Amino acid sequence: MSATSLQSFLAMGGYAIYVWPAYGVFFVVLLADWLAPQFRRRRLLRDVRTRTARQEARKQRASTPAPLQGEG
Amino acid sequence: MANWMPLWLHKLSSPPVFYRCAGMLRPWAIALAVVLGLVALYGGLVLAPPDYQQGDDYRIIFIHVPSAWMSLFIYAAMGMAAFIALVWRIKLAEVVAMASAPIGAAFTLITLVTGSLWGMRMWGTWWTWDARLTSELVLLFLYLGVIALYHSFEDRRQGARTAGFLALIGIVNVPIVHFSVNWWNTLHQGSTIKLLGPSTIAPSMVWPLLTMMVATKLYYLASLCGRTRADLLALESGKDWVRQIADNEARR
Repeated sequence: MSATSLQSFLAMGGYAIYVWPAYGVFFVVLLADWLAPQFRRRRLLRDVRTRTARQEARKQRASTPAPLQGEG
Repeated sequence: MANWMPLWLHKLSSPPVFYRCAGMLRPWAIALAVVLGLVALYGGLVLAPPDYQQGDDYRIIFIHVPSAWMSLFIYAAMGMAAFIALVWRIKLAEVVAMASAPIGAAFTLITLVTGSLWGMRMWGTWWTWDARLTSELVLLFLYLGVIALYHSFEDRRQGARTAGFLALIGIVNVPIVHFSVNWWNTLHQGSTIKLLGPSTIAPSMVWPLLTMMVATKLYYLASLCGRTRADLLALESGKDWVRQIADNEARR
């Protein structure tokens, strides 16, 4: 594509200010829709891991004899 | 469980199995959607000639119309899933219905905004209370209502059933949107692509439009897989299969 034809392509026959924002909205909205569940999934799995670790720690504490009394 | 369901379908509706299948389907669906979308954009923005009345402005059609079709298609899919969820109480159907709502809302928003950008030039106004525009706006509010109702319950499943009920009632709006250009005298133009009878649009403009329609359908499939996976993890976060996935993810 030569420079002038690229320019005329971007100009969209004078309708650039209507055509390109429309395409921009299309891509931005769909990208947001695509990324949102991905972040949510990662956060959920991290929460599950923290919860599992906490439960493991509690189990460990229950099985080992209690440390020195009367502290804190 | 309903006894009309074939065994494979019954198995697929189990959350861990569906999670895995959706995970396998998702990358293929999105890859195909992106490739077809780019082909459609090339056809629509570069190859198709300018419209004899609207010049290059009509090129908004290649995203506006497929998005509008998707806004109705996803609503119908959501309504169907909600119906299955309410009648047979299948957990997966609830999740699919609720996962569809944000995707449908996204396409409805795109339809309204791109339509507004088109209308500004062609009709000289961003918005008018025309039958087609108003019913599409009602569609957006229905989607938002379903999402809000779903999240207003502490119990996810209770929320899904209540919101599913709203989704089911709202389905009457789908034919209203579709036929509004025939039933009322609207500013919005009528359909140029017809299933029955010849279309009133040039073939060089039709093929990018139809390709984009397939691409948006595939996008919906891919996005639905992603959202359903996240929702299933949230819904079953106490179960062993979710813990295993969490552990595997950490090791990678």
